[in-house]
Amino acid sequence: MSAKTADKIATAVIVGVAAFIVLVLAGLLGFILYRGVGHISFHFLTSAPETIRKGGGIGPQLFNSVFLLVLTMIITIPIGLGAGIYMSEYAPANKITSGIRLIVEVLSSVPSIVVGLFGLLVIVNLFGFGFSLFSGALALTVFNLPLMVRITEQGLKGVPREQKEASLALGLSKWKTITSVMLPIAMPVILTGTILAAGRVFGEAAALLFTAGMSSPRLDFTNWNPLSPFSPLNPFRPAETLAVHIWKINSEGLAPDAAQIAAGASAVLVITVLVFNFAARWLGRYMYRKFTAIK
Amino acid sequence: MQSIGLSAKDLTVSYGDHAAVKRVSLDFSAKQVTALIGPSGCGKSTFLRSLNRMNDLIPNCTVTGEIWIRDQNINSPSTDVVSLRQKIGMVWQRPNPFHKSIYENIAFGPRYHGTKNKKKLDEIVEQSLRKAALWEETKDRLHNSALALSGGQQQRLCIARSIAVKPDIILMDEPASALDPVSTSKIEELISELKQDYCIVIVTHNMHQAARVSEKTAFFLNGEVVEYDDTPKIFTNPQRPETNDYITGRFG
Ligand SMILES: Nc1ncnc2c1ncn2[C@@H]1O[C@H](COP(=O)(O)OP(=O)(O)OP(=O)(O)O)[C@@H](O)[C@H]1O
Ligand SMILES: [Mg+2]
Repeated sequence: MSAKTADKIATAVIVGVAAFIVLVLAGLLGFILYRGVGHISFHFLTSAPETIRKGGGIGPQLFNSVFLLVLTMIITIPIGLGAGIYMSEYAPANKITSGIRLIVEVLSSVPSIVVGLFGLLVIVNLFGFGFSLFSGALALTVFNLPLMVRITEQGLKGVPREQKEASLALGLSKWKTITSVMLPIAMPVILTGTILAAGRVFGEAAALLFTAGMSSPRLDFTNWNPLSPFSPLNPFRPAETLAVHIWKINSEGLAPDAAQIAAGASAVLVITVLVFNFAARWLGRYMYRKFTAIK
Repeated sequence: MQSIGLSAKDLTVSYGDHAAVKRVSLDFSAKQVTALIGPSGCGKSTFLRSLNRMNDLIPNCTVTGEIWIRDQNINSPSTDVVSLRQKIGMVWQRPNPFHKSIYENIAFGPRYHGTKNKKKLDEIVEQSLRKAALWEETKDRLHNSALALSGGQQQRLCIARSIAVKPDIILMDEPASALDPVSTSKIEELISELKQDYCIVIVTHNMHQAARVSEKTAFFLNGEVVEYDDTPKIFTNPQRPETNDYITGRFG
């Protein structure tokens, strides 16, 4: 077989595989959206679910998902940034450091249902946080934090050495060099990664079943006192998120329109995650252009 | 006698087991330009980077010996490296301005070292840019990104940036080798200007450049200084056959 034929065959195979993957993905997305989009309305997005009657919405669940995401990010971003900076700039290159790196890798690939059970045993029961948004946020932190650490570390490692040296050569401290020279350059990478990680948190269900719980109290959206048990802002109340809600109505929903609600909620979830992804790409590119700007 | 800006004694630099610079002793006079020449890989950059302790950043790199500035051995572990580096500026082969505005590139260092007054900073920026012969070209766009400047302008900006923190010594590692001939001659002119105020050490592969800008020249070979003398003497009447071979282009 001539090199040319081999090349042609290889190209054909690669294109074929790529086309197949794109087709499967497009089919999947198309199917979910096709089934669900028709059901999305303002009423659906804002009203509370019904147990046995028709016409329930996903308002509280949507709110819970967003709130849980914010809580998780409030916990993971500072710790993840700090740990990432440490791993990239301060940790000595030795066995302990590579051990930590390995553990971080492993942690981020633990199946989420295992994280959920761990959360139930340790966070919910042992620490006594109960089924709550806070427990859910801690469980999500378990696999979001390693991601955050790795993103930060990679972002900083990608900063050209000359930039770092230029700052140090001016007599700036290491910390100032990191915060004022390196982080701004690494920011597009870190931000993009963070948003992608956020997308994953938003769609997570298994880790939340036993931590954030599968029910919400009747929320009173006029009560903004975070200490009241009926306030949507109370982080220590149980909270069913959108992904968990989909799982629940699919498996035990009693409302006559359960199937449509599941389809609508799935479409909302998929659209949100897509928005996260596109926002990440757009913001990453925007910031890259801004920092390297030819203005 | 000329006052001494910087002096290295028995400086040995190793990467792991490999000694890249071997027991080098050199004195650099204030208000003079000293050129370091030698074939690729002979340890010029390694030597230069030890002088402001930049090699501290490389994990397996060890530097032994002494580096004296006035009465302080800056290679001793007790030296405050951060404040030391303010006194020793550095310019790299490839221009590396910060991803900030032209103004910020220069104001960044002085502001960190305590000049917060806006007027003072403006003054420092203007002075530094003037000294680097860049003021006329940039005064109307100080707040534009430094990355939009040409390579030669960027390199002059880097020089301006380093003199903005008032160093005594400036180290330059092939500062013009990535630039076009016009920019190169601008940088050379600039170096000749700057030597009235600073002790400059420059690594270069360009013999003519070394001859044009420097008072003294050190010839490195395999991590050792083979010959160190007045520049005219090195280029017209070298004492060592290796030096002669190198400057006449027989190797390297
Ligand atoms: N970070 C490093 N780790 C290990 N070895 C290094 C490192 N940097 C340089 N070396 C080695 O040290 C020796 C001297 O390198 P150096 O960069 O100082 O040479 P140079 O004279 O500046 O060469 P050039 O003219 O090509 O820039 C070389 O053998 C090189 O391989
Ligand atoms: Mg070099």
